[in-house]
Amino acid sequence: MRLLPFGDAGVLVEVADLDTVLGLHAAVEAARLEGVVDLVAAARTLLVRIDPERTTMATVMDTLRTLRPLPSAHGRADAVEVPVVYDGDDLAAVGEATGLGIRGVVEAHTAQTWTVAFAGFAPGFGYLVGENDRLQVPRRADPRTRVPAGAVGLADRFTGVYPRTSPGGWQLIGRTEMSVWDHDRDPPALFRPGLQVRFVEVGAAVAE
Amino acid sequence: MNGLRLEVLATGPLTTVQDLGRFGHNAWGVTTSGAADRGALRLANRLVGNPEGAAALEVTLGGLAVRARGDLEVATTGARCPARVDGVEVGHNAPVRLPDGAVLELGSPAAGLRTYLAVRGGIAVPPVLGSRSTDVLAGLGPAVPRAGDVLPVGTAVGGRGAVDLAPRPDPSAGEVLLRVRFGPRHDWFTQRSRSWLVDTTWTVTADSNRVGVRLDGPTLERARDVELPTEGMAPGALQVPPAGRPVLFLADHPVTGGYPVIAVVLAADLDLAGQLRPGQSVHFRDVGAPA
Repeated sequence: MRLLPFGDAGVLVEVADLDTVLGLHAAVEAARLEGVVDLVAAARTLLVRIDPERTTMATVMDTLRTLRPLPSAHGRADAVEVPVVYDGDDLAAVGEATGLGIRGVVEAHTAQTWTVAFAGFAPGFGYLVGENDRLQVPRRADPRTRVPAGAVGLADRFTGVYPRTSPGGWQLIGRTEMSVWDHDRDPPALFRPGLQVRFVEVGAAVAE
Repeated sequence: MNGLRLEVLATGPLTTVQDLGRFGHNAWGVTTSGAADRGALRLANRLVGNPEGAAALEVTLGGLAVRARGDLEVATTGARCPARVDGVEVGHNAPVRLPDGAVLELGSPAAGLRTYLAVRGGIAVPPVLGSRSTDVLAGLGPAVPRAGDVLPVGTAVGGRGAVDLAPRPDPSAGEVLLRVRFGPRHDWFTQRSRSWLVDTTWTVTADSNRVGVRLDGPTLERARDVELPTEGMAPGALQVPPAGRPVLFLADHPVTGGYPVIAVVLAADLDLAGQLRPGQSVHFRDVGAPA
């Protein structure tokens, strides 16, 4: 574990893998450290943001060094199923790029369990990591100026769902009617770090 | 319903509702947001006897005009705008009575960017995720006020502010010095680039907003050719995109980013960053490793 100062109000913790990030995230939350105001999990790091009026960098770093990652709080019972109509504009292109063809892409997307690694691009936008590399594709060279809410996409080794209409560069393979972001709901985001997700193919009429 | 309202007559280039932001939601991509000059917001609230985190108006480059419905008490802080109530000049960094029907007009500030208008009782629009801050990047939070909007004002609790004038240095129009610590990804840049960061007089470009301040100056060179995995960000981060000119993140920065952060501005200097105007000069000073 490497502790890298992030100015004087943050510590960037670098660890070996995503499982360790999520375990450390759980441990820091459980420790309820005074002065820690937010946590940002990412693929290999956890940023611990502090309020310098309530604690110090030294105190937080000392405590972080003593923490052991907690086992993931999310068991199989916490898996979420997301219904998807696989008719995205880039589906054929992804089929070609991966060599899987359209049906092969659908099969690869629905056959694996995806884990929410982190969020960050926009409220509710979770980056999901799969179990294998079969669907690894680059972002589009030409991002779209408008990707509709609910669009399901691929980029690098991630899949994700656009929570609202926005510009976007991911390869679109389908769409879901499931609400991934609702600021009046508790919690507002469907995709929370550590959550396990399965995508389920549905026909156009039953995607709700 | 207490019958107190603030009627918006004009907004200037950009006025938003802000408080001290929303915390604990980074895990789902929601950034902190809140006032870009937090000290100014807190002072404005104290001057009118509000809790420090009450919602106020953040006025960018002046131009706000409002009319009181019911007797109100207000205060402006941050960038100093010429201010008049029904044509009579009133003070800055001080509580001002705004009787029922009175109109407050703000001119343009000669220095600084953001003025805070606090109202006793607070701006009482509905909160989103526990905060009344408007995140302009995510489009989260209260709607941006427009001329004709009538904003509800809360009912004050607690005593009035005991202070009638709180001198606080006005934002500077000249070169601003911001203290930084190098890292976390300073090793992604050449030694030469690290020196340039602190030796250069950078210029604030017009492409700056609540998300970040874009700076003009030398192109900072990478020492590494690989992609940085996306990682967490915070206000004050000096993130360097491939084009090489740093962006100084402010309140509405994205929660994560894939470009290396060469240095981070100290928390105590973030309020200065929130007052930088296009064309202004900025210098960074390295204060060394944390104790």
